Amino acid sequence: MSMEELIDQYFRPGRLPHIWCPGCGHGVVTGCIVKAVDKLALSKDEVAVVSGIGCSSRASGYLDFNTVHSAHGRALPVATGIKLADPKLTVIVVTGDGDATAIGGNHLIHAARRNIDMTVVLYNNSIYGMTGGQYSPMTPVHAKATTAPYGTIERDFNVAELVKAAGATFVARSTSFHAQMTTDLIAKGIAHKGFSLIEVVSACPTSYGRQNKMGGPADMMKWQRDHGVPMVAYEKLSAEDKLIKFPIGLLYEVTDAQEYTEAYEALIAAAKGGK
Amino acid sequence: MSLKIHLNRCKGCGICVAFCPKQVLAVSEVEKVEIVDESKCIKCGQCELRCPDYAIFVEK
Repeated sequence: MSMEELIDQYFRPGRLPHIWCPGCGHGVVTGCIVKAVDKLALSKDEVAVVSGIGCSSRASGYLDFNTVHSAHGRALPVATGIKLADPKLTVIVVTGDGDATAIGGNHLIHAARRNIDMTVVLYNNSIYGMTGGQYSPMTPVHAKATTAPYGTIERDFNVAELVKAAGATFVARSTSFHAQMTTDLIAKGIAHKGFSLIEVVSACPTSYGRQNKMGGPADMMKWQRDHGVPMVAYEKLSAEDKLIKFPIGLLYEVTDAQEYTEAYEALIAAAKGGK
Repeated sequence: MSLKIHLNRCKGCGICVAFCPKQVLAVSEVEKVEIVDESKCIKCGQCELRCPDYAIFVEK
């Protein structure tokens, strides 16, 4: 199916143009979700998309699946409820860097710890875009924000390492420039049984790029091209380069860990004494 | 016609223009994409792949 047909099929009619700013990478990432769902030949009824609050979380309003646009940081608890109520559903959580790691930070580590089967697509634009460019826990240290006019002094989260340590069983990173890789990783994350997180480095030209003199939308996309390095090549970089670049691709996967809804079903069966 | 443009979706960000390897596109005075010379288009699909607004498609 062509990209245009995919948009017609998986987007709610009459909702475009979307709300995102000129050059925002979020449109590309949302397109990748649609391509991944199509790649896996899932029907719209089999998929639930849950989002929190923020620029990224607007995606649930455009996508024509079962969708919930929930409260700030609370996409994961809502998604957990949906998955437990109907484990057959494919649950995709759309969230941002602030939504997932600040407001919903606790939910993130516990969903990862439980290894519940869902796929988190974390749109990382390094800033709270919608509210005017305040720094988030994933704003790189020293970067400028409206709440850090001299540069933030807070060290940023590496969300991939965070969820890996918390117990996630599929962890990946890509960018809105590496669109085909993003589609691939989202598809693999959905197919993976357990908690999957795909961090997608997106661009916010309006609130982040402007304050940090990163140039226009195309410059920010080229920055992603030049700084996102496949894991194998990243490991061979000098210590100096490792500080300014970041690894992309599948970073971590475990396939033999107990999945939460399966454990729950097994517990119910055992409690009923096999009846 | 191999390029299809939805002008109502285009926000004139210029990403397609920057990534087009053949200078087929430009951003017009009203901040929308416009086709400068379609005969140069090699249908590589960079514009479609990178457009964040689903505003440009390459028809096969």
